[in-house]
Amino acid sequence: MQKKRIRWQSIAPYLFVAPFIISFLVFSLYPFINAVIMSFQQVNGFSDTQWVGLANYRQLFNDGDFYAALWNVLRYTFWTILILIPLPMLVAYIMNQKGLPMKGFFRSVYFVPVLTSSVIAGLIFKYAFSSEKTGVFNEWISHLGIAPVDWLNSSGTAMFALIVIAVWRWLGTNMIYFLSGLQGISPELYESASMDGANGFQKFWYITIPLLKPITIYVLTISIMAGFSMFNESYVYWGAQSPNNVGTTLVTLIYKAAFTNGNFGYSCTLGVALFAIVVVVNIIQTRVMGLFKDEG
Amino acid sequence: MGETKKNRIRITLSLILMIFLAIIVMIPFYFMLVASFKDTSTIFSNGLNVDLNFKKMNLDSYKSLWTNRNGIYWQWFKNSLIITILETVLVLAFTSMVGYGLAQYDFKGRKTIFAIVLIMMMVPSSILLLPLYKLVTQLGLMNTYAGVILPGIVPASAIFFFRQFCLGLSREFAESARIDGCGEFRIFWQIYVPLMKPAFGAMTILTTMNSWNDFLWPLIVMKSDANFVIPAGLLSAMTPYGNNYQLLFAGSVMSVIPILIVFALNQNQFIEGLTSGGVKG
Repeated sequence: MQKKRIRWQSIAPYLFVAPFIISFLVFSLYPFINAVIMSFQQVNGFSDTQWVGLANYRQLFNDGDFYAALWNVLRYTFWTILILIPLPMLVAYIMNQKGLPMKGFFRSVYFVPVLTSSVIAGLIFKYAFSSEKTGVFNEWISHLGIAPVDWLNSSGTAMFALIVIAVWRWLGTNMIYFLSGLQGISPELYESASMDGANGFQKFWYITIPLLKPITIYVLTISIMAGFSMFNESYVYWGAQSPNNVGTTLVTLIYKAAFTNGNFGYSCTLGVALFAIVVVVNIIQTRVMGLFKDEG
Repeated sequence: MGETKKNRIRITLSLILMIFLAIIVMIPFYFMLVASFKDTSTIFSNGLNVDLNFKKMNLDSYKSLWTNRNGIYWQWFKNSLIITILETVLVLAFTSMVGYGLAQYDFKGRKTIFAIVLIMMMVPSSILLLPLYKLVTQLGLMNTYAGVILPGIVPASAIFFFRQFCLGLSREFAESARIDGCGEFRIFWQIYVPLMKPAFGAMTILTTMNSWNDFLWPLIVMKSDANFVIPAGLLSAMTPYGNNYQLLFAGSVMSVIPILIVFALNQNQFIEGLTSGGVKG
């Protein structure tokens, strides 16, 4: 009896984690192996495949769209990180002050944008960024004496239009993460710093930022991931093809190769390339930041 | 005395900044709401004209949700609702089990499995777009709810969250229950699930939100427009060939409401749960 219990107890954990193992094998590993195989094939319908060796990869390295998309995604990720880490951190710092009223209210309000689908956010911003002179943004800049801009048709302003959505949607969420980190910092640290004559900025720089490192790493990780796999906002603005690739992303290309051009093999090649890029970025980030160093 | 005055100025300035940010955050919702009461022709000829002019505002767009193509919007709404509810229930059931298993037992392979979870968190699922499409086609699940739901049923991020949360729960409850002859699954269900309530609160909103707003994968699986979910449906209404423009903004407003209700009902539990479990990595 006792023996049976112990055996059961050693099997139980495997039953608990079984859903993940099954789902991983069926919906991640198997499709991934499939993607790698198909990336070396010309696929005309799933039963008609033909080995083409490295042809798809050669196409990838000569594909101007690929480099344009990679450049867009890198810029997008760079700007979102540059804005969406320091700014929410600062806002959280301000909000964490003793005596600030209606904290709970602001926290909820700032969180609402991320509840909104990126497609719906994209729809609103798409029309707000209209090239008409009565469009919202054009009307705003007209007060500064600037002529109407064709926002979604040139590289710099198109990137701006994408980043505006990201900042609007994620500012509050990132702020809530930083706020939780701040609440874990002992107020005594600040008090003794004040006694040593530190001003607000010094306290922020020498106490807050270093102690927020774990959360910063977490936010950085999800931002990189979101940046490299961005698709919805771009698709709402331009569909699968943006003028001169001003808003094309890597996932746009994966989607377009598969479902617009019917080039399944090449779509998989792009998928494998995105995987490789993400792995490299994560390795760099892990090295630089010491991510998950003390994870069991 | 001078110190309190300085303090008061600082708080006031901070408050002004907070209010300013709150207004910026709310502006797009204001646009959406105003646009939903306007004639579509004026929206598109002028590029989202959001002037408040009550004489030119009406409820036509909302009426069109019922009349446009026999109320196809509510068909999309129903699809989104079914997919979201099923997916949320299944995701919570599976990921809480896995997270609990990873945190509360020492077993061979635990580190490997957790490493896979971490890797899966960092790899975007969109790299598998085509092979998953192939798999779902071969399983005969195209154009079905199951095809949309199944591939995302055990997300790594939710496992990570539950695991982090369970690490903070003592194993002693389980040990004394075992001495009393309680089975392993009953220990999980009757002792630990109630303790994990804040984690469930946070994950309910997060999963509901992700599922309700998911766009790319349902777009690929659902081929006929009666099967679309709301985001895909609204975007299809944007094509210049249809005459569904009217649906856009009224439909957007209606689609934001359910998720706001879920959030409003659980927000404190959500924000606390999210911040206590999610970021200890």
